[in-house]
Amino acid sequence: MPKFETVVVETDLLILGGGMAACGAAVEAAYWAKQNGLKVTLVDKAAVDRSGAVAMGLSAINQYVGLKDGANTLKDYVDYVRNDLMGITREDLVANIARHVDSSVHLFEKWGLPIWKDADGKYVHEGRWQLMINGESYKVVVAEAAKNALRESGVGEIFERVFIVGPLLDGDKCAGAVGFSVRENKLYIFKAKATLTAMGGAVHVFKPRSSGEGMGRAWYPPWNSGSSAYFTLKAGAEMTCQEVRFIPVRFKDAYGPVGAWFLLFKSRATNAMGGDYMVERKPELEKWGPYGRVKPVPANLRNYLGMLDVIDGKGPISMRTEEALGKLAEQYKDDPKAYQKKMKELESEAWEDFLDMTISQAILWAATNVRPEQKSSEIAAAEPYFIGSHSGASGAWVSGPEDLQTAETKSEYFWGYPCMSTVKGLFCAGDASGASSHKFSSGSHAEGRIAAKAAIKYVVENNTAPKLDQAAIDKLAAEILQPLETFEKNKNATTDEDVNPNYIKPRAFMFRLQKIMDEYAGGVTAQFTTNKAQLERALELLAFLKEDSAKLGASNLHELMRCWENVHRMWQAEAHVRTMLFREETRWPGYYFRADTPKLDEDKWHVFANCRCDPKTGKWEMLTRPVLHVFGQPTTKQPEPAVAAAR
Amino acid sequence: MPSYVIPDKCDGCKALDKTACQHICPNDLMVLDKDKMKAYNRDPSMCWECYNCVKICPTQAVQVRGYADFVPLGASAVPLRSTDSILWTVTFRDGTLKRFKFPIRTTPEGTAVPNGGFDTKGDLNSNALFTEPSSLGLPAVVGLTNAGGAHA
Repeated sequence: MPKFETVVVETDLLILGGGMAACGAAVEAAYWAKQNGLKVTLVDKAAVDRSGAVAMGLSAINQYVGLKDGANTLKDYVDYVRNDLMGITREDLVANIARHVDSSVHLFEKWGLPIWKDADGKYVHEGRWQLMINGESYKVVVAEAAKNALRESGVGEIFERVFIVGPLLDGDKCAGAVGFSVRENKLYIFKAKATLTAMGGAVHVFKPRSSGEGMGRAWYPPWNSGSSAYFTLKAGAEMTCQEVRFIPVRFKDAYGPVGAWFLLFKSRATNAMGGDYMVERKPELEKWGPYGRVKPVPANLRNYLGMLDVIDGKGPISMRTEEALGKLAEQYKDDPKAYQKKMKELESEAWEDFLDMTISQAILWAATNVRPEQKSSEIAAAEPYFIGSHSGASGAWVSGPEDLQTAETKSEYFWGYPCMSTVKGLFCAGDASGASSHKFSSGSHAEGRIAAKAAIKYVVENNTAPKLDQAAIDKLAAEILQPLETFEKNKNATTDEDVNPNYIKPRAFMFRLQKIMDEYAGGVTAQFTTNKAQLERALELLAFLKEDSAKLGASNLHELMRCWENVHRMWQAEAHVRTMLFREETRWPGYYFRADTPKLDEDKWHVFANCRCDPKTGKWEMLTRPVLHVFGQPTTKQPEPAVAAAR
Repeated sequence: MPSYVIPDKCDGCKALDKTACQHICPNDLMVLDKDKMKAYNRDPSMCWECYNCVKICPTQAVQVRGYADFVPLGASAVPLRSTDSILWTVTFRDGTLKRFKFPIRTTPEGTAVPNGGFDTKGDLNSNALFTEPSSLGLPAVVGLTNAGGAHA
């Protein structure tokens, strides 16, 4: 095996990741670090210009509250998020992001992001909270400000193409991270007084619908490999909402966005018989407590109604693009010139929606000669994803801000620094922090800023260099490089380097993980349904997989990264299975259905299901935390009589 | 295959220390075959078709062929990205051609000023972030008293 050089980097604040949250953290940290004479280091496994979930671009900003125009209040946003998550959300965290997100959006605009404006100079909304943008270079612009901030302030350093494997610990504190370059034989030891993790969610934990070449066409990008979840779990942080996966309904196969079609063009979705499941299956909503009665209907319940149609053999489900565009055309029936102009405008908007963020969908429409004004297009539920920034909620359990608490919530939700996990010095943002859904790209940026300011304050108030055990670091370093060693030692035992009894390649390892999750933990094949026995079987099989992770083999640095990405996915999977097993009810039926506990149980399970893995013993602990309200709640929380009788 | 490289056009970015596509790929897929001095996608099934390699290639040598397991052959989407806009040419399987042009940014490349021109007072102990409250367009950061119906 080639020799590896060890590079030791000492810093004050270590930012892990390079996406929206990490870029927000960099801009914010640069300012406060300079004021306080501190150093900031950002580490990205890719190139910051085009890394993270916004790497391709986006066609909308999904969180803008409009506080300056009095359009909405913080409570409005909190109500929306809590209802969408079936009552399980941290109001303090959601409100904190909501009160800062407009600032990030205003900054994006100044940095150069084109946001659509109407004739009066007001932002054009796609929906109540969503703004339309020309977002091809969204990430480039946001990354540029982050890089400029770190460079101009003179406090920052950026490492690209360095893959972070896991945390360094100093007693009960996080003391940095360890990783390796995917370009040269270098091992990196980052020693830090505070660490901010923003390494995204997790994709490819479950078997995707497309398992050939199209496997990469996941809805969320395949480079989101569960690194945030692994990092926080291995540091011993308490995790929350690990059961709350997200399943997006998108245009089938290429996963193009449906938001503009539903919200902007007011399109309906109908089944093979022309029926509208949102209308025909409305009575089903009554079974889901107060959440079935709110508007907008929670994403998972909308999914569920469509899934019931598919299970009943009423698929495919179609987005009625021709009907929506026809209705718009009707408004211009007496003015053919204006009609042509409007249609041209709409056509351009519809295609930009795809070309800005899911170019594959544009190719698929072109390859199947789709003319949306003539023919509807199929939509379908994708596969499960872990994404705390969207309608999922998985992530670390973090402290809220002190000033958005009641006396009651403060005792449960505040421990010193906003966005700090239960591990001292370990801060989380974006997909890394849980129970604060619907932050999307803009809110993740804002949360990165909140976390970075808090982390700098933490360093100022706890300014001691970490004490690290060199023997432990050496052991970790050897473990990280083991797959290269294993491959090198055994590769000549067979004539095909991918088939060898002494090691498993990362690709095969990923397929094994995906098969377990798909079949036993409520994946596509299982119609998103599972039960206690299935989940226990999943844990048995995951235990074998975990043992075999010590026998991963890598032929080069790229494969070494793939090895560790899949170990990260495996840990996300285990946290997910354990938490679904722990929560003995069905609360998000369009995300997963526990067939043995098929109903919502507000009396017992209106709580957060949290977990923690002890970094010393490896033992898992499951616990509940109360859902407490910062904001006044609607009074009608009793189920209606018909539903109560059915329970 | 998702992204693929046209050998006649690729020069391996020979003047640079690494190829542009290799530099930008978010999933570490593009690599240079040093014997042939041509780039290639080492794992098409892990490609998101994000087009960053296509957009960045200085010789327009990288293109995308839709995923073979669900996209019929014959269509393409080809971008031409300039400093302020992107021009797309979409060719249908039946030969129909559509062209779209969208703006990509409103400022010259490289000029994003971190504070966006907003002032900051700079108190590490306040609830105002860098550039706030100025960048919020409000006199102060919203607290529980004006959040719209808090308990406290």
